[in-house]
Amino acid sequence: MNWIYNTWPWYVSGPLIAATMAALLFSGKNFGISSNLRTMCTVLGAGKSCDFFNFDWRSQRWNLFVVTGAIIGGFIAMHFLSNNPVPNISPTVIAQLKQQGFKSAGSSYLPAELFGNGAFSSVKTIALLLGGGFLVGFGARYAGGCTSGHAISGLSNLQLPSLIAVIGFFIGGLIMIHLLFPLLFH
Amino acid sequence: MKKILFLLIGTFFGIVMFKSEAASWFRIYEMFHFKSFHMYGIISSAIATGVVIVQIIKRLELKHIEGSSITFVPKDKGFIRYLLGGIVFGLGWALVGACPGPMFTLLGAGFFPILIVIAGAIGGTWAYGLIKAKLPH
Repeated sequence: MNWIYNTWPWYVSGPLIAATMAALLFSGKNFGISSNLRTMCTVLGAGKSCDFFNFDWRSQRWNLFVVTGAIIGGFIAMHFLSNNPVPNISPTVIAQLKQQGFKSAGSSYLPAELFGNGAFSSVKTIALLLGGGFLVGFGARYAGGCTSGHAISGLSNLQLPSLIAVIGFFIGGLIMIHLLFPLLFH
Repeated sequence: MKKILFLLIGTFFGIVMFKSEAASWFRIYEMFHFKSFHMYGIISSAIATGVVIVQIIKRLELKHIEGSSITFVPKDKGFIRYLLGGIVFGLGWALVGACPGPMFTLLGAGFFPILIVIAGAIGGTWAYGLIKAKLPH
């Protein structure tokens, strides 16, 4: 049972994500996490001034429970199923990251430089996290889905629009990592 | 509405996101450098399994717990919205190393700066809703 405390292999994780999708399908719903961001906007009152958010958010309450579960899952995984979890990323990548100023590469789950406690008092970090989150939220809504909705659900249903979205995800990611990171981090 | 059921499914999902390291900023960085098969293995095996599951559901006309057939809604036709939306999403995904599922997983795991990312994501969603009429679809 010791393997549970280590990184879960890709050939276990991937099928388990598909199982999540299956569980939601058999529950009469669908697997699409970014919709929750839209529901949250409605709960916060966005529907009063914008038609896009003017819907009965209670019809989407089931998905809010899924996302609350994800929070619980993160808690359980971190505190009960892991022991100082550090992703075993390639040494080449670790060296590259250290050159770009990410000294925590290879010794933490997330970079301390962005997600450590100092984050809340660094203007640059707050700007990066807020801006990055904004891009994810905006992009997901514009594309009508995120990795769960398009890459997993959409592609499992052989949807061409989802393939286009996923190609877009990758173009965007590559631009950020290869063209913009050298400007943002040095 | 079976609250406990959706809570359990979500909990399972959060555990998988964390343990698979799909929620790790470092794994996303590594993925966009093509320096490990791990993330590609996760995505491709998830899709391969998903394709089989969807085909079984469709061909056997399987029903869900409320008694009706499981139906699949095709995505709206389009091109530019998927490409541009996708690119914007990808820019953010690579910058913060988290897509929506992992954002909430990481919150539960105790990485509280992810709250800033979540705030941004809600803001970005709101902004889209406000200006969508001006965007090409």
